[in-house]
Amino acid sequence: MIEVEGLTVRYGGVTSLDDMSLKFQEGTCGLIGPNGAGKTTFFNVLSGFVRPAAGTVRAYGVDLLSMAHFRRARWGVRRTFQTEQAIEELSVFDNVAMVHEHTKLGAATRRTDVLDAIGFVGLDADPKTPDAKVRTLTAGQRRLVEVARAVVGRPRLVLLDEPAAGLPDEETSHLAEVIRAIPEHTGALTILVDHDMSLVSACCTTTAVLDFGKLIASGPTAAVLRNDDVIRAYLGVA
Amino acid sequence: MGADLSLRNPADRRTSRRRPGRPQLIRIATITVLLLFVLFGFPQLLSLYYIDTMTQVAVYSMVTLALGVLVGRVGLVSLGQVAVLAIGAWVAARLLFATTQPYPVVLLEAGLITMVAGVLIGLPALRLRGLYLALITLMFAGAITVVLATLNFPNGGHGFTGYNGSLVHIPPIRRPAIAGGDPAYFRYAVIVAILMFALVLAHTKTKPGRAWAAIRQSEPAALAAGINTTLYKLWAFALASFITGVAGGVLAGAVHYLYSIGFPTQDSITLLAVTLMGGVYSMWGAVVAALLYQFLPALLNNWGVSADWLTILFGLGVLQVLTTAPAGLADQVPKDLARLGRLLSRLLSRRSPAPGKTT
Repeated sequence: MIEVEGLTVRYGGVTSLDDMSLKFQEGTCGLIGPNGAGKTTFFNVLSGFVRPAAGTVRAYGVDLLSMAHFRRARWGVRRTFQTEQAIEELSVFDNVAMVHEHTKLGAATRRTDVLDAIGFVGLDADPKTPDAKVRTLTAGQRRLVEVARAVVGRPRLVLLDEPAAGLPDEETSHLAEVIRAIPEHTGALTILVDHDMSLVSACCTTTAVLDFGKLIASGPTAAVLRNDDVIRAYLGVA
Repeated sequence: MGADLSLRNPADRRTSRRRPGRPQLIRIATITVLLLFVLFGFPQLLSLYYIDTMTQVAVYSMVTLALGVLVGRVGLVSLGQVAVLAIGAWVAARLLFATTQPYPVVLLEAGLITMVAGVLIGLPALRLRGLYLALITLMFAGAITVVLATLNFPNGGHGFTGYNGSLVHIPPIRRPAIAGGDPAYFRYAVIVAILMFALVLAHTKTKPGRAWAAIRQSEPAALAAGINTTLYKLWAFALASFITGVAGGVLAGAVHYLYSIGFPTQDSITLLAVTLMGGVYSMWGAVVAALLYQFLPALLNNWGVSADWLTILFGLGVLQVLTTAPAGLADQVPKDLARLGRLLSRLLSRRSPAPGKTT
């Protein structure tokens, strides 16, 4: 569960998030809006890359803003990036295992855990893939490496920033299955930012819409996508 | 998934990692033979001039190794390494004059004190990268040069600076009792360098190495995986400064007398150039860089050619490396030699069956 109150972020004179308040309970939740609406900024605030001018963020009762960014990741705030950020020179296994560097788990447990995450996203179809360097993988597989890194261990909040951008349809549908399964598999609240409305409606029970840093709608996905304000601001009139 | 896990049992992986494969054994054996040859063959074969040069190569291989850690492993460009070396040399010289501590202890202290200074220089690196970090470190190098020109290196005088103002009757900086002569000191320098290379290897093969790789390739990804990027960047600066400080200590004993003109600011730029040419991603690159930086000028001097030509050569070398071989000469030369070997064997094999065919 995440509760956001009065969140405001300014870059110089530009207000990227304007007194935004939001509550997501559980499962996979969508966050949509036109480019520049503040979706990635919101993720950056949650993961600690951006310090907000005002507002509070509580996740499962914990004040996130008071934690250093790397501590948030250790506590369970995990994310993927709009421009994919898998480490090319490391293997798939090592990319995912990065998350476990700081844990005190035994080597065997870590290994099982990492392979479980790799299996969860479906990168174990070829037994050679976990040991392959990321630079040898396709764009879709790299996205899955990022997702595996976000779900390994015990995530509490999984933030997916346009994971389907640039992927062909078949890889998007596989990704949709993976995203839908994250909350049940990990128990984490998952927030999906994407411009692909079919992906959002396939994955998310709840969706919120941002426009110019303001929350303009929030609720069950189907209802939000029919909302007149949302159609005007983002989806466009058919 | 379950079947996959049982097949890839952690114990298998551990044993397979522990037991070195045949190519690895051959590599270890080659390196050992090479080192033994360097340690015992060089002093027999080389003249005193080249033994001194090779001592300098050993010293600067540590400096380029440290710079390689910063640039190659973490992606932090420093143009202040000569100043860091000067700090190490200053501390070691002062301690060698003021105390009777054993040489290794002085080297360790010089390394540790330089490390503190290096971490302080590293603080801006937490916010700056690329050109701006390079600029800040270059300015730092300039500042140190100015301070040294004013204070001078210790020469056996009293007080904090240990400078007696005299230009005559200067006692030499002492060497370890077991390595008084030039060949023995050369061996001493090589052994210290080996230890420093081992120290870096111990870092790059373990947790810090993986964290540095992550930071270099994608700082956001490193942060998102819970890596304390601040800690690891400062760690890199600490390690690089420690090694450079130790190198400064070895340098002090090697040359006996230290002067501030021996550490000009622009040498930091040349150091970066040769480090890039040698190759920042491998440890061999550091050795190649040190040979370019110290051996090549000595060779040219011996031939009566001005070493100033090297500035042009290094400029072209960096251009060549940046455009065709990002991993430097240490990576490119073996590959090119292998390619040449393949080409030659193809030519030979084509030529030998040819007479049979014509008949």
